[in-house]
Amino acid sequence: MTMHQALPGDDTHSVDSTRPAYNYAYLDEQTKRMIRRALLKAVAVPGYQVPFGSREMPLARGWGTGGIQVTAAIIGPDDTLKVIDQGADDTTNAVSIRRFFEKTADARTTEATEQATIIQTRHRIPEAPLTAGQIMVYQVPQPEPLRKLEPREAETRKMHAWAEYGLMQVKLYENIARFGEVTTTYDYPVMINGRYIMAPSPIPKFDNPKMHMSPALQLFGAGREKRIYALPPHTSVRSLDFEDHPFRIQSWTQPCALCAASDSYLDEVVIDDQGSRMFVCSDSHHCETRRADGHRGTMLGDATASGLVEESKS
Amino acid sequence: MYVAVKGGEAAILATHDLVAEARRGDEAVPEISVAQIREQQGLSCARVMNEGSLYDADLAALALKQAQGDVIEAAFLMRAYRTTLPRFGSSEPVDTARMAIRRRVSATYKDLPGGQVLGPTYDYTHRLFDFALMDDAKSVMVGLDPTISGREGRPSTAPHSAGDARVKPEHDVAPLDTHMPRVPDILGAEGLMEPETPPVGDPRPFDLTREPVSFPADRDVRLQAMARGDEGFLLGLGYSVQRGFGGNHPFVGEIRVGEVSVEFVPEELGFAVDLGDITLTECQMVNQFAGSKDVAPQFTRGYGLSFGHSERKAMSMSLVDRALKCREFGEAAEYPAQQDEFVLYHSDNVEAAGFVEHLKLPHYVDFQGELELIRRIRAEREQRLAGENEVLPEAAE
Repeated sequence: MTMHQALPGDDTHSVDSTRPAYNYAYLDEQTKRMIRRALLKAVAVPGYQVPFGSREMPLARGWGTGGIQVTAAIIGPDDTLKVIDQGADDTTNAVSIRRFFEKTADARTTEATEQATIIQTRHRIPEAPLTAGQIMVYQVPQPEPLRKLEPREAETRKMHAWAEYGLMQVKLYENIARFGEVTTTYDYPVMINGRYIMAPSPIPKFDNPKMHMSPALQLFGAGREKRIYALPPHTSVRSLDFEDHPFRIQSWTQPCALCAASDSYLDEVVIDDQGSRMFVCSDSHHCETRRADGHRGTMLGDATASGLVEESKS
Repeated sequence: MYVAVKGGEAAILATHDLVAEARRGDEAVPEISVAQIREQQGLSCARVMNEGSLYDADLAALALKQAQGDVIEAAFLMRAYRTTLPRFGSSEPVDTARMAIRRRVSATYKDLPGGQVLGPTYDYTHRLFDFALMDDAKSVMVGLDPTISGREGRPSTAPHSAGDARVKPEHDVAPLDTHMPRVPDILGAEGLMEPETPPVGDPRPFDLTREPVSFPADRDVRLQAMARGDEGFLLGLGYSVQRGFGGNHPFVGEIRVGEVSVEFVPEELGFAVDLGDITLTECQMVNQFAGSKDVAPQFTRGYGLSFGHSERKAMSMSLVDRALKCREFGEAAEYPAQQDEFVLYHSDNVEAAGFVEHLKLPHYVDFQGELELIRRIRAEREQRLAGENEVLPEAAE
């Protein structure tokens, strides 16, 4: 019997007394404990996928329920939460998840990467280096890096147990044979601590090097697939490659049109139907910070004039 | 350019208003009440209760109202609510042999103790519109075809319009037999039916809403997953078994619909307390026999159980249940319906809908990665082709 839920009327945060009150951060305490136990196991065995009793969440499966459950299990009143999707704080699903924690956990939220103690993300790692004490929570759609090679879970678990990863190397080799390079651009498989192959979640391979030896704790939650895995701080993360075909990340021929950054991941924005494009930082906070510091891209004037971005904050 | 623009939050809030407006529709039309949905859309409510894994007709009706009749969205609402409820324990097993029968049919015997009870079924209606239903002023309490309408036990004094040419049929108001043995039990008494015995120690069934499933999955997990699985998906799989992608020839041993009481033994009391009645549909399929040199041949069973009146669901489930038993009977698992991982993972429509529909979410970071790659590969290819064109004439010389 799990009776650690707040009873209706018992909750000081409850605004509307006619609605049943939910526990702090939505999940009941027993569930949080179960998730924390899975997290501890995951941290102890870096890169290993720990099955956990993923709960039905009030947000759709596949929309970040794994990340949400991990965040709910670790968040406390002293935390500051940042939620990003595609690198930006203002994408619709990031807004929705941030609102969820503002509502259920009274969470203090921020867009500033350096102020956040917990950063929940979908598809990106912020450009600013993470620091010790920060926790990255990744939303993971498909935790199994071998799934596209072997659909059966019973088989892939055995392959991990025996570190039988030849199939993955063959797949990468076939890519090279056919296209001259590995054609995986996101969710690029990584070898963790020399033992487990892990799906880094669909971050662009551009972000893979940021995981390597990161001082931050990195937690991965796959709600629909009911798996949790983790990278403790200072863990080796090697993107799979071959000696004669070393791993390389995306690069662009032009810098960010708003902040002139030449070393950040760029989004392509189509600006008319004549083929004109602009490239802007996918990490919206990084871009804003740089603009506030006086960096100006070639199209910042136009973008400000047409109200597409706000003039840099004071 | 919504990357650079602020406003995601305002846009989301606006969608909430728009969906409320769309839900209400034309305000000149009276709003539908939850009680009306519960009473008049009972089969929808049953489906929402099944796929939402929660027996509560009022909440199912509310979910349908809130979801504008979208059954999967309604099931999602039920599940998101259900997951927050505390667990007090497990009930005693319900005894469907003691069901208060509304409908009970067997395809294997012409007659049997308790008889065939058609009850309320669309089976023998002709699918012709009853345009009288368009006129909501009348309270029509009789079916389209009085001779086969089934409303056993209803008082025959039900009012109906005097102008209605249709006649309230004289139902057999004689009470049904109190004893209606289940058909597989009749076969079992003769030793012809595969017995169902609880596993050693009769452990508490697995709860797939609390623990992650591993494979191969045991039957308690499989039945549980199918009970909340999508009716359409299971129907398709059941159909595939019948058409040859499974290879069982089933007979409907029995379908029964009715009320059973749910009993619970609180630890502090130590005896069973009746919590109330729930409506269930149970289907037991009798399948071709299996046997070996040492074991005499027996019929094998496919079992389906669902909330409310939901025969199609229970029948589909019992077909797939039998197909999934292939491992126990040493049959080859060649077809989708026989593969537990395939069936269990993909029958959950709330999960499936979530993952399919997440494709609507922004993916521009990943797509940018693909764009960068495809442009570069194409550029490299053009360079290479240009290089080859320069080389070729020389080679010809």
